[in-house]
Amino acid sequence: MAFGPHLLLATLEGLVTAAVLALTALGLSLVFGVMRIVNVAHGEFFMLGAVLAWAITTVVSGNPAIGFALALVLSPLIVGAIAWVAERLVLRRIEYNPEATIVATIGLLYIIQQLALTFYGPEARPVTPPFNIRIQLPWFGYSGYKLSIIAASALLLLATWFVLTRTRIGLVMRATQYDRETAQAFGIPVGRVYGAVFALGAMLAAIAAVLIVPIQQAHYLMGLDPLLLSFIVVIIGGLGSLRGTVVAALLIGVSDGIISVFFSPTLAKIIATLVVAMVLVFRPQGLFGTAAK
Amino acid sequence: MSAVLTVARLDCFYGEVQVLHGLDLELRKGEVLCLLGRNGAGKTTTLKAIMGLVRAQAGSIRLGERELTQLPAHEVPRAGVAYVPQGRRLFAELTVAENIEIGLMARGKGVSTREAVLDLFPVLRERLKQRSGTLSGGEQQMLAMARALCIEPEVLLLDEPTEGLMPSIIARIRETVGRLRGLGVSTILVEQRVDAVLPVADRVAFIENGRNRETVDVARLREDPALIRRYVGVG
Repeated sequence: MAFGPHLLLATLEGLVTAAVLALTALGLSLVFGVMRIVNVAHGEFFMLGAVLAWAITTVVSGNPAIGFALALVLSPLIVGAIAWVAERLVLRRIEYNPEATIVATIGLLYIIQQLALTFYGPEARPVTPPFNIRIQLPWFGYSGYKLSIIAASALLLLATWFVLTRTRIGLVMRATQYDRETAQAFGIPVGRVYGAVFALGAMLAAIAAVLIVPIQQAHYLMGLDPLLLSFIVVIIGGLGSLRGTVVAALLIGVSDGIISVFFSPTLAKIIATLVVAMVLVFRPQGLFGTAAK
Repeated sequence: MSAVLTVARLDCFYGEVQVLHGLDLELRKGEVLCLLGRNGAGKTTTLKAIMGLVRAQAGSIRLGERELTQLPAHEVPRAGVAYVPQGRRLFAELTVAENIEIGLMARGKGVSTREAVLDLFPVLRERLKQRSGTLSGGEQQMLAMARALCIEPEVLLLDEPTEGLMPSIIARIRETVGRLRGLGVSTILVEQRVDAVLPVADRVAFIENGRNRETVDVARLREDPALIRRYVGVG
C-alpha cells in the first residue's frame, strides 16, 4: 500500500481509538472537575459496560443489532446505577476526602474486578457487531462499524457539551464545580449533584465500552488500559476541561494509531507518556486547564 | 416588632476549636442589624451557621416558627434566607446572566424577579454576557447582591459588602440596603468599619469571642461612642 492510503488507514484507526478514549476520559474528567476526586475505579466501570454488553447480547437472540441496541441502553444504565450506589455508600461517607477517595476507589476497583472474574470468568468473549458493512474506499475497504463508532462518539460528546453549557442541569453542575459552598447557599443540593455526576461519569465509560467491545472482546482485566489512557488524556487536556479532553484524546488516539501502524504500539505508548511528563513539567494544569489559585 | 430570625444559645466548632459560645441574636422584621466585632470574633461564622454551612453543635436558629438547624444547607435559601458572602464568591467562570440564573433557581423565581433585580442594578443589564470574574470590584459586589436578591428573601445576610470598594459604590450599596428595608426585608450586616454601619443600621450587636456581648440601638451608639471603643477598639 502506498504511503498516502497507509496514512489514511492509520489515521482512521487512530480516530476510532480517540473517539472511545474521549468518551471514557470525559467521564473521568467530569468526576474530577465537579467532585474534585480521582476515581481509580473508572476503568472498571468501562469493563463492566463491556461485560454487561456481552451478557445482554448473549441473552437476546435473533438479529444482533437488537441485542446491541439493548446493550447500548441497558449497560450504561446498570453501570450508572452501580456507580450511584457506590457513591452513596462509600464516597459520601468519607466526605469526598481526596486521599481517602483514592484508597476507596482502589478498593472498589478490586471488588468490581473480582466480582467480574467470579461471575463472568477469565475468558475474553466476543460481542457480535450490530452490522457488518464494509465501506469501499479507492485504496482499501474499511469497517462501517468502526466509522459508526467515530460518529456515535462525536454525537455523544456534542450532546454532553450541550448539556453542560446550555441546560440548567449543566449550569448546576458547573456552579458546583466552581464553588461547592456557595452552590449550597443558593439551594443546589450538592450531594445529589455529586451522585448524578459520578453515575454520569461511569455511564460515559460504559457507553465507550459497549461501542468498542465488538472490536476488542470483553475481559475482566480490560479496564486497566482505558484507565491509564484516560489519565494521560485528562492530564494533557486539563482536568475538568471538556475541550481539553477531546483535543487530548484526538492527539493521543490519532498519534497512537499512526505511530502503531508505521513503527510500533510500544513506541506510541512511550511517546504518550513522554508528552504527559512534558505537560506535567511545563504546564501542570494541562493544555486547557486553569491553574490553581 | 416581631422577631423574624432568632438565634439562641448557638455553639459552633471548626474541628476541635469552639468558635461560637452560646451566641444569642434576634433579627426583627424590616430592620438592619449590624454585627460588629474584631477579626475572629465569630461574625462570619454566625452567618455561615444561619446558612447551614457550618453545623450548629447546640442551640437553635429559627426563621419565624421554622427551625433551621436541622435543615440541609441547600434548604436554607429555599426557606427564604439569602447570603452575600465575604469576598463575593461569585461563580467567576460563569456569566453575569448565569450567576443571576443560579439565584433565581433557589426558590423557582422567574423573569419578573430577574427584571426587578436588574432594575436595582442597571449596570448589570449591560454586562449579562460578560464573565463575572472580569467585572470590576463594585460590579462584582452588585452582582453578588443581585444574585442573593433573586431569592426574594425574607432575611438577607451581608458579609462585609463594602470591603475594598470605592465610596461611590459603598453609597450605592447602603442605598440598596435602605431600599430593601422599605420593602420589609430584614438584614444582618457584618462590617468591620463603624462608619459604614451607622448610616444604615437600626441596631448593632457587638460580637466578642463568639458571644453577643450587647445589642444596642444606633441612636444610643451615637450618644455613647465608648461602646464602640470597648468592643471594636476604634471610635
